[in-house]
Amino acid sequence: MKLAYWMYAGPAHIGTLRIASSFKNVHAIMHAPLGDDYFNVMKSMLERDRNFTPVTASIVDRHVLARGSQEKVINNIVKKDKEEKPELVILTPTCTSSILQEDLQNFVQRASIETESDVILADVNHYRVNELQASDRTLAQIVEFYIEKAKKHCTIDTQKTIQPSVNIIGIVSLGFHHQHDLVDLKRLFNDLDIHINLIIPEHVSVSDLALLPKAWFNFVPYREAGLLTAKFLAEEFDMPYIDVTPMGLLNIKTAICKMQDILASFQCKRDYTKYIELQTKYVSQAAWFSQSIDCQNLTGKTAIVFGDATHAAAMTKILVQEMGVNVLWSGTYCINDQDWFRNEVQHLCAQVIITDDHNLVGDMIATTEPNAIFGTQMERHIGKRLNIPCGVISSPVHIQNFPLSYKPFLGYEGTNQIADLIYNSFTLGMEDHLLDLFGGHDTIDAVTTTLSSNDLVQWSPDALKELTKIPGFVRGKVKRNTEKFAVANEYRVISLEVMYEAKEKASI
Amino acid sequence: MTLSTSKSTGFECETGNYHTFCPISCVSWLYQKIEDSFFLVIGTKTCGYFLQNAMGVMIFAEPRYAMAELEEGDISAQLNDYEELKRLCLQIKKDRQPGVIFWIGTCTTEIIKMDLEGIAPKLEAEINIPIVVARANGLDYAFTQGEDTVLAAMAHRCPDHQYQHDTKDKTINNSNELVIFGSLPENVVKQLNYELYKQGINIRGWLPSNRYSELPIIQTNDYVIGVNPFLSRTATTLMRKRKAKLISAPFPIGPDGTKAWITKICQVFNRTPIGLEDREQEIWNHLEQYTKLIRGKSAFFMGDNLLEISLARFLIRCGMIVYEVGIPYMDKRYQGAEIELLRTTCEVMKVKMPKIVEKPDNYNQLDRIRDLQPDLVITGMAHANPLEARGINTKWSVEFTFAQIHGFTNSKEILELITKPLRRNIGNTKTSSNEIYIPQN
Repeated sequence: MKLAYWMYAGPAHIGTLRIASSFKNVHAIMHAPLGDDYFNVMKSMLERDRNFTPVTASIVDRHVLARGSQEKVINNIVKKDKEEKPELVILTPTCTSSILQEDLQNFVQRASIETESDVILADVNHYRVNELQASDRTLAQIVEFYIEKAKKHCTIDTQKTIQPSVNIIGIVSLGFHHQHDLVDLKRLFNDLDIHINLIIPEHVSVSDLALLPKAWFNFVPYREAGLLTAKFLAEEFDMPYIDVTPMGLLNIKTAICKMQDILASFQCKRDYTKYIELQTKYVSQAAWFSQSIDCQNLTGKTAIVFGDATHAAAMTKILVQEMGVNVLWSGTYCINDQDWFRNEVQHLCAQVIITDDHNLVGDMIATTEPNAIFGTQMERHIGKRLNIPCGVISSPVHIQNFPLSYKPFLGYEGTNQIADLIYNSFTLGMEDHLLDLFGGHDTIDAVTTTLSSNDLVQWSPDALKELTKIPGFVRGKVKRNTEKFAVANEYRVISLEVMYEAKEKASI
Repeated sequence: MTLSTSKSTGFECETGNYHTFCPISCVSWLYQKIEDSFFLVIGTKTCGYFLQNAMGVMIFAEPRYAMAELEEGDISAQLNDYEELKRLCLQIKKDRQPGVIFWIGTCTTEIIKMDLEGIAPKLEAEINIPIVVARANGLDYAFTQGEDTVLAAMAHRCPDHQYQHDTKDKTINNSNELVIFGSLPENVVKQLNYELYKQGINIRGWLPSNRYSELPIIQTNDYVIGVNPFLSRTATTLMRKRKAKLISAPFPIGPDGTKAWITKICQVFNRTPIGLEDREQEIWNHLEQYTKLIRGKSAFFMGDNLLEISLARFLIRCGMIVYEVGIPYMDKRYQGAEIELLRTTCEVMKVKMPKIVEKPDNYNQLDRIRDLQPDLVITGMAHANPLEARGINTKWSVEFTFAQIHGFTNSKEILELITKPLRRNIGNTKTSSNEIYIPQN
């Protein structure tokens, strides 16, 4: 058992449902107790979906517990087949159903005899994979299923398109800014004169999946969903794939260069050098912005990064290599992808954190005291408590992360939006100096803004008053270091004298 | 409609394929109500994910709740439940020093048959904090019934005599003291207490109280009454285990319900209600600005929180026509007086008794909604936006469980919620010619 208040990645079935609900005309049936269909609420609320979420539950209740599901699951699949006429029904196990150990595969086989639609069982283990891994797995499973089916019916089309073309793999419902990113990716490929063959699973029909091999190569913008599919297609059809997230100028450049190489391997000579230079210099404002005098004050500012592997790695790279920000540590909750993540960021920051425990992340933020945080909704709230600004760069999401206006993270427009996000997250320029000079514009008494509760030493009223005069953004650090000094020197109470002594002896 | 047909209006029962919240959601309001409590939900990531998302911003405010997240070792019994729970509870004791720990059993603990009720007393003695076990799982219950399971478990813990060292000189007088059950916000408790005080009724206490240590004394033959329609297990426990006498009354929702509730209590204590008629009329007069908006309009309850019968009864009294009352579970005995009031209200207002559908099927309901085109559908969030996009007004049902809707004072609150979608349309100049907002592909 694990004591947990918060989790970064949801349970496995959420991943499966995100894939199922991304496709057109695919229906998911959860084998779940009453109340587990919370996914529908999220889809309808966060994405403000106008359509009914194509997810229903085959309810597991007392009777199911006593006698097994028997015909119930099959009837529900057949009923849904008649009502909605989907192309595919995905039976989705939940954590509850997986410990019942019913033979769901058998239900699927029996149901598929009676249905017009295809029926498959999502192959995910609830106690071994999380939401993100499950979405990756389910997408690959569906693609494999339809490629096999097309092969059997000889409808598979492996003839490459005449023009260079690409499949974009991994645009998923409830994904962090996926819809905005997709717009910018389309623009990017349009600019590069690469035709988009298929975008999956986003609103594509499963019967179109047989067209996947027509593309020259596959593009996986996010590591969390799509890599397994790309690897399968690489094995099956020898299709090359690119898994560089085009987030930030450097990454975009790497991704485009890789495309150039792939096209060259197909005897299609393209030179994108000019394009990259033009975009970097004039279309994206980010490169110039980081050069501009306004951003000089970013030098030496500290930040920490935490999020999913894709966004945290890209963000770390942008902050360090493109903006000159000092990233104290960078971390991810994608434990399964830690080797890749470590490899990406370890030369960019002093420490790499791999954890899915938000308490640890909170304590790390409290002790390292960065000037700004780039994290998830959880880090935003940690930042609020510690009075440190935070830019949200990754799921888990909140309704605020589904803005109506155009806010991509990928592509050249994405670099602009990220530059704004970074700039707005720091207190910069004159404001910074003025705060320094006048001891901050907050006159509130709250000085205990650390998460780690340390009651070993007490503060005298005088010293506490003095502490309030220290500018807000360094106050926490001074407080902590003084406490450390007092503990080391066995002072029980921190008086003004102790405070000054600490300032002199310990380099605060 | 003749009396005979209205009497025969039966209840229907569908497939139970409907959307509702998991009953563990009750921790979100109960941990706030019981100030010295800590709620430990023993379940899986699925439970945690639901709570995390359903509670929204509350989750960031260091709530006094946590998941005991079961891992593969717990499921396959490689780990010892007792030792695991002890470890977590000691940590909670150290970090939060709660006055009571609630263990919320979930579907998973049911399926793997974790003996929470057996472990709790031993651990309670060992770590010296009361542990109350409630099985609020989705196998058996829906949404607000979660509170019912918790209160039923708490009913066992109410003291049956005054502690000797209790210096307060409150003497217990069985003849006219009352214990009310149901979790309500503090100011609503005060309002209802005051209404009864005006009738000369003394309230001994509420289940739950603000603190676990202040649970009311319940003795044999004490009178108890519920404030919410979903508390049937609590009522049963109080009657069977505590030998209390249940006052069966409509629930104090809406001025009509509140009057009926107080009247019934007065009857039991042999008091003539003072000024109730006037008070009710006064409230109705104040409500006129809202009732004129909904009079003659139609409503459809898809059903997910068990407040449906009481709300439908109130809305019919306001002049609405209710087509269907979906409800997760219908306890005809506990809700008997409420159903009777619904029936008489329909007769008085000369409208057809609505169809009461237990364990509804959302798919069929959407079909019926399409045919009936009601002016307002009261539904869960899963259907609200899609219905709005199809030009059907909706009100999110969960709001009724979090808003203050009890007593004379809060009747306005219910109509504020109900009329909101309709009022929005009054001032809303349609930006598009068609009310349907579904893209064609």
